[in-house]
Parts: sequence; structure tokens; C-alpha cells
Amino acid sequence: MGEFVVHRVRFFDYMPSAIRAMAFNGSTQRLAVARGDGAVEIFNFADNYFQEKVIPGRSDRAIEALCWVRGRLFSAGLSGEIIEYDLEKLRPRYSVEAYGGPIWTISSNSQETLLGVGCEDGTVKMFEILEERIQFQRNLDRQKGRIISLSWHPSGAQIAAGMIDMIRIFDAETGHATHRLLVERGVGTTRNTEVVVWSVAFLSNDTVISGDSAGKVQIWDAVTGTLIRNHLITKWDVLGLAVSQDESSVIAGTSEGTVVQFQALASTMGQENNQWVRTRTFKNHTHDVRALVHTDTAVVSGGMDTQLVVRPLLDKVEKNTQESALRKILFPHKSLVCCARKAGLLLFQFPDHLELWRLGESSAKGQAGDRLPVMKNPEKLIQLQNKGEDHICCSAVSPCGSWVAFSTVSSVRLYKLQLSNGNISIKKVSKLPKELHSVHQLCFSSDSSRLFASSAQASVVVASLDQLQCKHLHTAFSAFLSFPGSSQPIHLLSASENGNWLAAANTDGQIHVFNLHKLKLHCTLPVYSSCPTAIAIHPTTGHLLSAHADQQIFEFSLKLKEYTAWSRSLQREGLHPLWLQRDTPITHIAFNRNKPAHVFLHDAFMFCIIDQSLPLPQARKKLYNQMDLKTISPQKRMQESHAFKICKMFQHLLSIHLLDDSSLVVVERPLADIVSQLPPPVRQKKFAT
Amino acid sequence: MFLLCASGESVKVFSTATEECLHALQGHTDLITGVLLRPSNHLQAYSCSLDGTVRLWDFTDGILIRTYSIGYPIYGIYASAKHEGVIFIITPMHTDTNSELFQLVAVHLPQCGEQLVEAKELSAVLSNISSNPAASAFGREGQYIVSAKPLQLEVYFFKKHKSYSFFLKKDNQKGGKNTFTCITCHPTEDCIASGHEDGKIRLWRNFNHRKEYTYSTLHWHHSAVSSLRFTPEGTNLLSGGVESVLVQWRYNQESQRDFLPRLGGAITHISVSPDGALFCTSHSDNKITIIQSCVKVSAVIQGLVKGDRIRTDLMIEPRSKALVLNGKPGHLQFYSLQRDKLLYNLDIVQQEYIHESGLEQFEVVMAAFDASGSWLATVEERKQKAPELELNLKLWAFDDQKQSFVLNTTISAPHEGRITALCFPHVSDGQTTMLVSTSRDGHFKAWQLAAPAHTEDEGPSWSCDFLGAYHSLVPECCCFSADSSLLAVGFQEVVTVWTPASWELLTTLSQPPGAVRDLCFGRLSCSKYLLGATTSRLLCCWNLLTCSLEWVTSMDVSLLLADPLSENMAAFCFEAGSTDLFVFKPGEPRPLFSHKALCSGRVTHAVFVPREVMLESCDEASQWLNCSHLYFLTQSMDLLTFITKAEEDKLTASSKQLVVSDDVAMTPFHLLLGKHRDQLENPQAESRLSVEPIRQPSSSAGINELLQMPAHVLPSASFLCSMFVQSLLISVNKPSEQNKEKEEEMESEKEEEDSDGEMESRISRPEHMPSGESGCAAPALTKEEVRELRRLKKLDHSWMKGLLD
Repeated sequence: MGEFVVHRVRFFDYMPSAIRAMAFNGSTQRLAVARGDGAVEIFNFADNYFQEKVIPGRSDRAIEALCWVRGRLFSAGLSGEIIEYDLEKLRPRYSVEAYGGPIWTISSNSQETLLGVGCEDGTVKMFEILEERIQFQRNLDRQKGRIISLSWHPSGAQIAAGMIDMIRIFDAETGHATHRLLVERGVGTTRNTEVVVWSVAFLSNDTVISGDSAGKVQIWDAVTGTLIRNHLITKWDVLGLAVSQDESSVIAGTSEGTVVQFQALASTMGQENNQWVRTRTFKNHTHDVRALVHTDTAVVSGGMDTQLVVRPLLDKVEKNTQESALRKILFPHKSLVCCARKAGLLLFQFPDHLELWRLGESSAKGQAGDRLPVMKNPEKLIQLQNKGEDHICCSAVSPCGSWVAFSTVSSVRLYKLQLSNGNISIKKVSKLPKELHSVHQLCFSSDSSRLFASSAQASVVVASLDQLQCKHLHTAFSAFLSFPGSSQPIHLLSASENGNWLAAANTDGQIHVFNLHKLKLHCTLPVYSSCPTAIAIHPTTGHLLSAHADQQIFEFSLKLKEYTAWSRSLQREGLHPLWLQRDTPITHIAFNRNKPAHVFLHDAFMFCIIDQSLPLPQARKKLYNQMDLKTISPQKRMQESHAFKICKMFQHLLSIHLLDDSSLVVVERPLADIVSQLPPPVRQKKFAT
Repeated sequence: MFLLCASGESVKVFSTATEECLHALQGHTDLITGVLLRPSNHLQAYSCSLDGTVRLWDFTDGILIRTYSIGYPIYGIYASAKHEGVIFIITPMHTDTNSELFQLVAVHLPQCGEQLVEAKELSAVLSNISSNPAASAFGREGQYIVSAKPLQLEVYFFKKHKSYSFFLKKDNQKGGKNTFTCITCHPTEDCIASGHEDGKIRLWRNFNHRKEYTYSTLHWHHSAVSSLRFTPEGTNLLSGGVESVLVQWRYNQESQRDFLPRLGGAITHISVSPDGALFCTSHSDNKITIIQSCVKVSAVIQGLVKGDRIRTDLMIEPRSKALVLNGKPGHLQFYSLQRDKLLYNLDIVQQEYIHESGLEQFEVVMAAFDASGSWLATVEERKQKAPELELNLKLWAFDDQKQSFVLNTTISAPHEGRITALCFPHVSDGQTTMLVSTSRDGHFKAWQLAAPAHTEDEGPSWSCDFLGAYHSLVPECCCFSADSSLLAVGFQEVVTVWTPASWELLTTLSQPPGAVRDLCFGRLSCSKYLLGATTSRLLCCWNLLTCSLEWVTSMDVSLLLADPLSENMAAFCFEAGSTDLFVFKPGEPRPLFSHKALCSGRVTHAVFVPREVMLESCDEASQWLNCSHLYFLTQSMDLLTFITKAEEDKLTASSKQLVVSDDVAMTPFHLLLGKHRDQLENPQAESRLSVEPIRQPSSSAGINELLQMPAHVLPSASFLCSMFVQSLLISVNKPSEQNKEKEEEMESEKEEEDSDGEMESRISRPEHMPSGESGCAAPALTKEEVRELRRLKKLDHSWMKGLLD
């Protein structure tokens, strides 16, 4: 496996943003997650929960609610606007002002013709969903006090609105309020504070379920307007509710970080008198659970502690399978770190700024496992602040460290950097070609002479760079247009070391390779069902290696335009089950110049070197055998060793890069550091403390 | 209301109103493991026992109706109204009793009228279950039966003949233990409540699905839940555990709960009356608490409090003649031996006891009364390890107004080491003003009652008067002579004799090797003798007049005791795993009485209890019992005593219980022991309790019933009269078949028409009750007892007549 000098970087203060809202589209199996910074992330549940798309946020956008309508995504927030997103260009398509003050909730009826929004001024506003836009239709009866939550009856004839101290039920036809359900306040000192109905759910059997700030989940009969059952589940707030598709189960998220499940169960067997009974409690969060989704097989929850948790319901899935494992999605599935491997610089991407660091140095030598003393501390060279409200969506630093580029949804900025004897000068390149205005991914060629960018028009822009000006060289439009329905954004770019090839992958799973000399499409890889998560071209052999969300690895020979023998044998023998069970995708692939057979891969919890010269591991053999190999004799070691050398020494990995001087840069972000930056959780009395 | 409680080899019937034990249902020959009301007749109850029989009782009158012989030890019994004529029992899977595997067996009870019936129709329902009777339960309307193994819940549906199993992981992430401890089912809904080792309660639902079953978790208890019970309507769930807090959960509103804390010892069982008006908890400290459904304690039935261990000596409080020993943690219990009743608990430590294992708390380790009973000295300590030992010596004065002891002086850290002995002088007249304590720190201290020097309003208090030591040896024991003129302190191998008047060391006596373990002065005519037991298995007797060794004998004395009213001394000797008792006079080397192999293990606690009335016994072997009883506590914490033959006869006659025993001198003190021993030896022994309509306790049930019956339902007086006369006649040679006929008749009538049958049976009962008893006990009945019974009947009759007139 070899020994490396490792730069263990922990000074990347990456801080994910709290989850504010979620919406799940059952037909496409896509989950939309809105973060506190206004970013919207799309996860594909059919493809191993891969984070396909990220729509960058804006500092003035506070999303309170999300809503899917037939594959279209709407959001509403405290800015008072309804925004529809363009999921191909990864930016808002348009926004409509509701003129009702801040919007707390948005909900579409099951016929998906109307969009109801609840506003601060006490109105429920109806918007008609048209082909290309939405249009205001009318207001329902205006109430005193804000509308916090909304839920449509599945028939679309009624709509329940959660307010302060009460729930209103409106007739959607006439717009009049038909019922007023008064919600009891909390006991004791909370009696004087008004109770906020954070969430309501309207079921098809005319049952309304509400969750409120007094910690109650209440079941109401919407026909008579009476309370059927009261469940006090927390001392704090019940922030969210979600109902399963068949309406037999409801989950409620609380400020304590628990998710409580209620099930409609027959109290005596064989009878139909279903009662809502509190059953399970899941505690996977430390902070508020703000957003909840009840899929057919799992409870998906997210909140202040920034984690997205997928907790499978064990009565709905097969036990001890990949599906039944608890998943926590902590880190983005794309790298926020870029490394100038010749200059030893690291570029960290934050929503509103970039940080460029020089790595520390050490002159000491040591044994394997030693900690070397740092002679020169790592140094923050530049902090590049983004101007404007839009957040940074991608960034790159050239391998020589002399160029830095980043992009927001509206513009691309390119900087020329000069580092000489401690003097740092940075100069913005003012005249950029007009094709470079909104890109999803940026990449420099290895000799830093070209900048590649995947533009919003599903094309790759190639720009050549010289000393002081950036001349527009070529725009490669045509290549992607020949494939039907592939206007999806390009999320991966990788240039070969020798400057011959450029590989690009989009979220539909298509991977294209361009010949950079001829500036035209060289070949297209067979489309694999799972989305690629990392691609790289081998510097010497010219093979394209791709890792996919379902943990498969392919190697494609660009010369022969076919899968290599190694890739075929890997498919034939299959990957090790433990490898397939990992729940974070490979986010980076790199090669060792000195050992061409070695491939470097990493995900959030492990770092792996695949030695293509060694045999593949058998399914029944141990995958993580590095420790065992150390103890056995060299002869046996040869027999036992296999291609996958896995190192779990580094955890919560954001990035691993191989520098030109054959040292590794490992960027870690320990969870404790993230937790320490979170606000304190609600105080809970713990027994025996 | 009646309360049934399995207690050793008998079932005790208590009145819930008066807390009194009305009678004991006796007949089983081994430990009773379960009591159950007969579902089809709430005036009858089943009991099962390890002797392999199930007995059906009429518990209001204490009559054994029928005995079903099963043939295997029975560990639990269940029945349901749905399953007429069938009971379900837990028996070992294999015939050898050491087997760890148990099965639930359905027994079809034959419907014949004989007294002793052999039930042969057995069919296994569930196999490989837990022997704990709390781990199985009937579900709603007897449709299914649930049984819990350590980590598995099994539900068997009778209709479908199908069972479902649900498994739990051994440990959850936080280290809690998921092992099932007890189980109960909701009476009207399909919900199973299970208690777990880590204090969680799980409510299982949807358990007729292999996969879509679900449960919710309730967690309040911090240690294992030992008992769970739903109220008859199913509105509440009761749970209890080692915290000794009864928790009442509202069904479907589980966040609302009521607590009844400080019930005493750990709750072992909970029972609910069929009408739901009363709850009942039994506790590990030999106590039953009756609780109203508004979660208020209404009555407490307390036996001898069973503590974790007895550390004080057994003592007799001189005023009330009550036995005093460790009771509740931090308390001394005052227990009346005459009435078999706890008088009161005296809180010594005066700190809240926390029910948590492994927590070091203050314990009362030593106590002593002075001769007149006006002073009590107690020692409490915390921490077993010597460096952190916390000691308190407390002196309590008897308050005539309060009729109780009140704290007079607290001496914190009276010694630097653990106190080994505490002794008041025997002052026959006037006030005791001295106390001697010896400690491992090498000193003995004399404490003096003295008026305070400069405060007027406070009464006299105790302070240290003298500190004695001898060659920095550790004193192990001390003893005052009968006239209190001498104090003997045993310093390891050396016995030192001091005069308390001037605190001079008079002489030293020594008999090496072996440290002196126990010292005792002789009484009355033998007061010149000092006896000492050493660790080198010697019992030495010194003559204090000559300061020489009078005699020495080799025996491993574990306890040496002097009778305060006679010259007799008792020595408990440990020999080959069991204890022998020798009673002797110090002057004579010949023992008055000896009893080999009294019990297994060492006897470390015993006491002579002075009799209220002296006995004039001429039997030589029991002469030593004339002045006092001797009570002793065995290692298994049984309290035993010796009684004379005459007393035994009296006892058996009064309790109408026949003791067939060749052992002349020793009989277990049954009344006291039954329950006590049961709980000690068999912590799992089922004491299921239940309650019945109210009835006055009375000596003669038949007359009582007649009196209580409303006049309008009574048959004509002439009919009654003949019945009465018949009932009072005792026919020794009456054939027992007749009885059986009667009973059969009674049974059938009962089944036909409830109210009529009831009345009929009540009337017929006085007639056959005594005869039935004589029938079953005929072989052992002697002429004397017959006479005794007849005498009793006559008494009753005259009293009755007086009332009628």
C-alpha cells in the first residue's frame, strides 16, 4: 500500500446549515431539502440516497416550506415570495410575490391544480398551477393571526389551517371557514403563552391531526370539530408531522430531537375501530426536528443539527438488508475542497467566501504511525469574499496555484494569484467570455492553461488562460444535445493529466469524453443506471475510472472505447458485500504517478487504495484486513492480500488529495466540531444527573 | 373483602378491612406457587403447589373442596372464563425436577365429586417457557395466552392454534437490558404490557402479524419492573419494582401517571380486586399494602420485617417485651411475639432511604437496651471500608407521654474504628447512667449520663466518662456482671476485669491461644462465674472469686447467652455445618439440655424472652424453658423457638391444626414462620392476592352466616333448628361417603341456580364442615382433640342461644 506523509487538515471550518423544510416526491423518489441558508438539495432515494443537485442559496432567502407538484418544486419563505426552481439550471425559475407578508406554509391539493399558501396576515391564498407559472386565484376568509400550517383534505374540498391557539377548517369551494378547533394551552407557567399549531394533517377519513407548541399531538374529528384524543409527547414543541401514504401511520418531530410514531391500530383484532396509538420513538437528533417525511418504508427527518436521517421502519423492510440500515447524511456528496497539488495550496468553499490555505511543513522524518512535528504552521493566504446575495456554487484552484475561479448562479469570477516570497497579490480577471456566466462545475487543466466549466445550457465551456488575459477559446455546445432528455446539469468534470481528454458526467448518468485537441466529442460511455459520483482519467493508461452512487466502479478504456478487462472481471466477480453496504458515495478518485496500478478513492468514512495488480477480494473473505495482514507472515500476506486496501484511520473525511511530492492531504471535519458550533439543545432533565 | 396470599405451605385469607388473618387454608405439603380465583365461581379459589396438586378451596370458610393430583411440581396456574373446566399450569418439561425447561400445560379437570381426583388429561400448549408465573398471562377473553422467555415474547392463539414469536435484542445501545421480567394483558383490548430488566414497559400491539407488530415504550422505573397489572376495566396500568413506588399509568394517556411512593420494600407483586376498587402490593420486606383505587394506602399487613440482613442482636424491649431487631433500612422494628404483629418501627437513621443497589447508606449495626427499658443506645455506620467509616452513636430515652423512644444524644464519630460491642450495666433499681462501647480502634469508652454544665433548659445528656485500653489490643466484647460491679472486656486473648466504680483494672484472665469472641457472666447463684468463648474452639469458665479457670471444654461456640431469670446459659455451637444447642448452668459441667443439629449454618442471633407466667414443668428436659423462651435466628433468617409439650398441645388445639411430630421439644413457630420462610427461601413464590365481599371474621362460620343472612331468605326456623342440632353433633363414625354426596349435591345446585344454590350450600355447610374436617384428619385425631372440639362447639352454641333469646 505504501507509506505517505499525511497532512491531517482540520482547519476547514465547514459548517452545514440547518434543515428547515423537506418535501418528498413519491413518483420520482426525490427528496427536496431546504436548508437554513436558502439552499435546496435534491436527493434521489432510488439511487442510494445520492445528493444529485444542489441549488445554491441566497442570503436573503429563508425557506419555510417546500412543495412538489408533478416534478416541479416550489418553495415559500419569510420573504413573502413563492419560488419555482429550475431543476436543470439549478436556479430559481421565477418568483411570485404573494402580498400577504411572510409565508409560513405552502401546500398543494392532491389533484395538483391549486397551491395554497398560509401568510402572516391571516390569509390562505390560492394559486392556480399553470403550465409555466402560477397565478393568484383568490383568498380564503381572512383570519386574525398568522396561518402557520396548512393541509388539504385528499378530496380537495376542505383545507385545514393551523394558527395560533386554534385550527381552522375551510371549505375550499366557498372559501369560508367551517370549523374552529380550539387548541388547549399548556399547563403551568406555559398557560399564559399562546400555543402555536406548528403542523396539521388532514386525513381522508375526516380526521385532523395537529402538533403544537405545547407538546401535544391531537386527533380531531373534522366533521364535528371535536377532539378525539390527546397525546402529550414532549414538554417542548411538536414541530412537524408527516403522514404515510396509506394514512396508517403518523410521525411527529419534537424539539427534543425525537420522532414519535403513531399508528392507527385496531384495539381488538379483526375489527375496524382503529385508534391512533403512540408506538415507537426514534431519537436520532440532538436538536429540533424541523422537517419530516414519511416514505413507504422509512422515516426521514432533519433539523437544527443539520443531519438528514433516514430511519427505515423495520416492519416495512426486510431485516438485515441494506435497506434496513439507519442512514445519516452529514456531508455534501460533492467536494468543497480543491487542492493545488503542485503548489500545496487548499481552497475551501463556503457559501459566501473562499479560503485559500498553504499547507504546513515538516522536515522531520519518522516511522509509520509517528506524528511529525510541524515546522511551519498552515497559513491562511486569502479569504475571497463574494459580493452580492447569491451563494457560491462551485470553485476551483489551478494545480499550479496561480488561478482561482468560483461561480454563483449569476456570474463567474476568475482571479490571478501571485505568490512570491510571502507577498501575495491577487488580481481579478475582468474580461471573461460571455459564455462563462453561470456554471455548475469548474475545473482547470493540469498545466493550468485551460479552464473548463459546465454551463447551465448543459454544455462544457473551455477557456484558455495566459498570463494576464483570459481569451475565449471554444465553447462545446453540440455534444450533449444529441441525447434526448439530457438537459440535466453536468456535475462532474475531469481533465486528463496530459491534456488530451476531458470527461464530463451529468446527473442522468451520462459520461462523455472530449478530445481536447480536436475539441470534439471523443466517445460516450454506456449509461449506467446509477449516477456517477466521481470520475477520473488515468494519467498513463488513459483509462477512465468512474464510481457510482450504488458503489459500483467501472474502468473504461478511452483508446479502445470499451470497458477494460479489470472492470469486466470486477463486474463478473462482484464487489465485496461490505463495500456495497457503505452508505456514503466515493467523492474523489486520484492516481499515484509512481505506482500506476494504484487508484485512490475515498468516501466520508474511509480511504481506499485499489491495487489493480492484486486479485479481487472474495465475498466471504475479510474486506478490512489491513490490521490482520500486519500480523501474519510475509508469505501468507501475499495470499491473503487483495486489491482493496482500506484505511479507516481518518473519519468524517471531506477530501483526500495526493500532492505531487507524494504526500497526502486529508481534510477532516470532526463531528464534535460541528456540534460545538450548534446552538445549545433544549434543556432536558436526565435521570440521575 | 378477602385477600388470599400464598404463604409457604398454606394460603392465608386476610380481611382487607381489618388487616387480620382470618384463616389459613392448609393442606398442601410443599411450597404454594400460585393462587387463583375460580373464574366460574368467585367464592372459590384454586391453589397450586410444588407438591403436584391443585386444590380447590372455599376460601370464605376455609374448606378444601377438591384436590386434583397432577403428579408434577406446579410452578404457576392460570385460568380463564372462556376455558370452562380447564386450568393451565406450568410444569417442568422433563420429569426430573432439576430440569431448567418448563412448559405450559392445559389440564382438563374431571367433573366427578370425589375429594381426591387425579387429573390425567394433560395437553401441552407452550413449551420451553419461563417458570416465573408472572411471565405468562391470558389475553383478552382468554383468546390467547402470552408467555415471555428472557428475550422472546410468544403469543398463542387458541382459535387458530397458532403462535407468534417476537424477539428483542439482548442489549440496546445504551446498555439497557431488554430481558422480560413480567407480562400482563389488557382485559378488553388487544394489548400486551411487558416489563423489562432495565425498567422499561413495552405495550405490544398488532401482535397477530408476524412483521407488522408494533410496540411503544414507557420508561419510568430505573430498575427491573417486577410486576404489572391492568385494572379490570383496562383504564389504568399498574407497575412496581425495586423503587417501591406504585406507578399508575393511564392507558392511552401514558404521559399521565400517578405515583404512590415510599411503600417500603421492593414491590414483588401487584394484584387488583375484581371490582377494581382495591389494589394490593406485596413487598420484599414481608408486607402487604392494600391501596384504594384513588392511589391511597388503606391498610398495611405487616409481618416480621425482613431486612437485607440482621446486624443488631435480637433484643427484648423490657417494657413491652417486644422483640427488637433490624427492620426497614435505617429502622429498628418492635415486634410483638405474643401477637405475631409488628408494633412499630423506630426510625434510627432519620434519613430518606434511596432504593438503589450499590449505594452506601447508613445502617443500624448495633443496639442495646438498659435493664429498665428507659434507654436505648444505637450505632449506625456507613461505608464498609475502614478509612471512610462514618459512625454515629445515638442514645434514645423512653418518653412516657409519647410511649416511644425520643432521641436524647447523638455522638458522631464516638470511636475511630468500628464499634464491636455495646453494653449497659444491669441496674435493677433506679436509673441507668452508664454505657460501655468497645471499638476496633483499641479502646473501650464509658459514657455517662450527666446534666449539662451551663445550660438550664436542656435535660441531661450523655458524654464520655472514661477511655480504657489494654496494651493496644483490640477489644472484641464486653459484659457487665449481674450486679454491675464488674465489667469484663475481652481484648483479643486477654479478658480484663474492671470495676466501673473507679475504673480500676482488677485482674486479667487469659487462656491462649485464640481471641475471646464472646463473654458472659453467670446469673443469680452462678454470678461468680465468667464464661468466655474463644476463636480456638474453647469455652472457658473462670471463677472470679479465685481468678482461676474453673473448667474448659472444647466447642466452637458461635453465640453465648445467659437467661436473665435463671442460672441457665445457652451456647450455640457450630459443628460440621450445623449448629448444636447446649443449655447448662455455669456451676455444673453437665448440660441440662442439648439438641444436636438444630439447623444448618451458624446461629449468630438468639435471645431469651422472659415468660409472663412461669411454667411449672416437671419434665426435666424442658425445665430450662420454665422462665423464658429461647428464640433464635438461623442463617436462612428463620426465627425459631422452643416450646414444651404442653404448650404444643395447646397450640395445636387452638389452631385446630394437627402437628404430627415425634420431635418433643422443637416445633417451628408456624404462625410466625410460614410467610417468612417462604419469602426467604423462594423469592419467586407466588403470593397472588385477591379480594372478596366483606364478611366478619368469626370463630364459627356457620353461625355467623346464619346471623348475616337476611331474614326473608332464611328457611323456616324449625328447619334451621334441626340443621343446627345436627351440626353440633359430632359423629366420629359417620361414613365419609355421605359427605361427598352432600358436596356433590351442593355443586350441582350451584351450577343450576346461583342464588338458591348459594343459600343451600351455606345452610348445609355448618353441618358438614366439622365432619369434613374430621374426615380428612381422622387418622390423626385423638380423643383429646375430639373433646376439645366438642367443648368449643358447646361454647358457641350457648352464645348463640343467648343471642337468639
